Order: sequence, then C-alpha cells, then structure tokens
Amino acid sequence: MESLERIKARAEEAVPGATIKIIPNASPANQPSLLIDSDHTLAVVQFLRNDAALRLDFCSNVTGVDWLDRTVTTKVKVKTLIDGEEKEIEQPQVENFPGYLETVYHLYSIALKHGPVVIRLRTADRADGVHLPSLTPVYRSAEFQEREIFDLYGIRFHGHPDLRRILMWDEFVDYPMRKDYREPDDYEYEPTPHDEVLERAKEHHAARPQLDGAENLAADEHG
Amino acid sequence: MDEGLLSELKKQGIFVTSMQELYNWGRLNSIWPLQFGLACCAIEMIATAASRYDLARFGGEVFRPSPRQADLIIVAGTVTKKMAPQVVRLYNQMPDPKYVIAMGACAISGGPFKQGYNVLKGIDRYIPVDVYIPGCPPRPEALLHAFMELQRKIEEQKLTGAGKADHLEASLPSEFPVPAFGEHDLQPPANPALFRPPAVERN
Repeated sequence: MESLERIKARAEEAVPGATIKIIPNASPANQPSLLIDSDHTLAVVQFLRNDAALRLDFCSNVTGVDWLDRTVTTKVKVKTLIDGEEKEIEQPQVENFPGYLETVYHLYSIALKHGPVVIRLRTADRADGVHLPSLTPVYRSAEFQEREIFDLYGIRFHGHPDLRRILMWDEFVDYPMRKDYREPDDYEYEPTPHDEVLERAKEHHAARPQLDGAENLAADEHG
Repeated sequence: MDEGLLSELKKQGIFVTSMQELYNWGRLNSIWPLQFGLACCAIEMIATAASRYDLARFGGEVFRPSPRQADLIIVAGTVTKKMAPQVVRLYNQMPDPKYVIAMGACAISGGPFKQGYNVLKGIDRYIPVDVYIPGCPPRPEALLHAFMELQRKIEEQKLTGAGKADHLEASLPSEFPVPAFGEHDLQPPANPALFRPPAVERN
C-alpha cells in the first residue's frame, strides 16, 4: 500500500477544498492516521473506497474517543532587561487546548488485501457542536457502531439512517463513556472497596450517618 | 410422631407420614426451572442439565419455556439494568411457590462489572433470592449443590402454624414492583422492602 503522505496528497487532489492532516502516533504501534475535515468527509471516504489503487472496501471498526479540555503549562526562557542588564528568566506559559470528541474508523481492503488506513473525525467541541457526518451511507458496517458511539459518547451523526440508543434504554440522558460521566450513587453496600470505590462508599455513608440500607434508600428517593 | 415408633411400624410394613412431608417430598423432587439464561453462566447451566452432570437425577430436568409453568428461576449471568425489569417481570409471572437461585458473581453483586454503568449490582435488589452460588462462572457441581440446598430448604418449609412458608402467608407479597427506566438509573435503584444491605464496619 502506498504511504499515508501519498494517500493524503492524492485525496486532496481528488476532492478540491478538502483539508487532511496526518496525525502521528508516537506509541510503539506507530500507526499514524488521517484527520479529515467534516465538510468533505463523505467525498474523501468515497475516494478512498473507489480509488483503484486503494479500494478500501471494508470498515472493520468504528470507535469514539473523548478528549477533555486541558491546559498545559510550560516554562519558556525570555530575555528581558533588568536594571539595564539583559538577563534570561523563565516565564510560565499557559496553553489551553479545548476538548473535543473524536471518532476513529479502521478501513481495510478485502480486494487488494491491505490496510488498515485509520481515519479520524473531530467535533467542534464537547457541548453543542457534537455533530459529525455519518459514514453509514458508504460503509453499511458502520451503522451499529455509530449508534453505539451516539449512545455512549453523544456524537450525533448526520445522514445516519436510524440514530437511536443501542445499549442503554431510550429514556437514559447521560453519555456513560464520556470522561466526565458520574454514575448514580448506588454505593450502599461495598464489602471490599478500594481506591475510588472506597471514596464513593465513604461519601455515600457520610451524607447519611445511619447505616441501615432501607433508610438510606428512602433518603435517596427524597433527593 | 415419635421416631422410635415410626421405625417400629416400618419394620412391620406400615409406612406412616404426614401431609407436610408427602407434599414437600413431591415438590422438592420435581422442581421445574425456567428455561432462562443471561450470559456465560447459562452455558454452565446447560451443561448441568445435559447428560454428563444430569440435573434429572434431582428431578430438575424439566426446563419450562414459560414462567407460568416454572417453580424456579435460575438467574444465570449478568443482569444489565436494561434487562432487570424483564427479569422481575418473569419472576412476577411465575406461580407460587417460587424460588430464585442467583448463579454466579454477576447475579449476586454485579461481579466483575460491578462498577460498570449498565450492570445491576445484584438481582437481590429487586427479587428475593433463596440460594446464592459464587463463582465466575460456577461449575456445574456448584449449581447441583445449590439445587440440593434449595431442596433442603423446601423440605423444611412448614405448611401450617407459626413460621409457615412465605407463599402460604397471605399478607406477604408474591409479586414485586418492576423498576422503571429513569434518566440516570433504574427507578427505584433497589426495592427497599427487600434489599437491606448489612452495615459495613470501616475504620
């Protein structure tokens, strides 16, 4: 299979206006991926599937990733004049990276026996702009997996034929795989807790000093 | 009746029994389980019913595909929060007297999935469990042991007087409320009339 750089160049040539970025992967897997902008996703993916040299006809896996907002503080050496003398001092520099949700698709070619080509799509943010184009019109195998991502991460896929929850019930409002998800407080009986569970169990019983289960549950119902 | 007199009569070819003993003997030797499995524990349950372990030796081979004909529900496997209302509904549809075996770590407490977002922390939050079997999954021998424990339990149930069996007590419920799907969790998260966790001492 041709290099990712070459795939990127050819796809950008085939789809005018598309911006594709190669995301390097520094881990031992060393599997870089293509970040495709949301406006041209379908055209780029159709190119990847139909191109004679690629023919990525099989989408084996779709998954979601939650990237929280993060701030990185680095120390930068700055030259300043202090008492008429030029000195080098360290200044903290704070960088803010807004969070986003991401979907990752693994594409293979059954016809040409190569792959995977990993592509990524990113949402604008983690709150209102969680929309992405669906790849189900191109790869039918993405249908249930995109539903699962909608269910667990809350990404809304445009163009999906049947976007409903698949694992959780319809009345459920949370997105349990998001990193800021907090599960309901049902820690009334933890006989062998440790770490985070121990903290939650202590919190549960701290609010209600009486340890009888029925009373705790009655308290739960009243808020 | 006096034990000595009973054995004396037996030697003379006269068999004396009580209604309670006869009734319980019949019930405990023909427990019909519900044909119902949720996860990998169900595979062990199938193995228990098949010829190698042969649940038929204890009269439990008649797996019924309808709760209306079943005496026992073996909760074999992980109970997800989405499945829990259906399990309670199946239990409610069984006729009295009815028994519950919670098979495996998941059915007891949620097991390896206890802190998961979609797994119920034990079916005893909604229905009364008679026998718990630990294991992940429990071996067929363990299920047979639980079955024999249940038989022992049935044998000791009284038909009349104080302390008679729960299903003969008109004031006690034989059905339990089915939990509803809430926005964050099942509502209620447990049946307070049933689920009374013991206090855990912590330093």
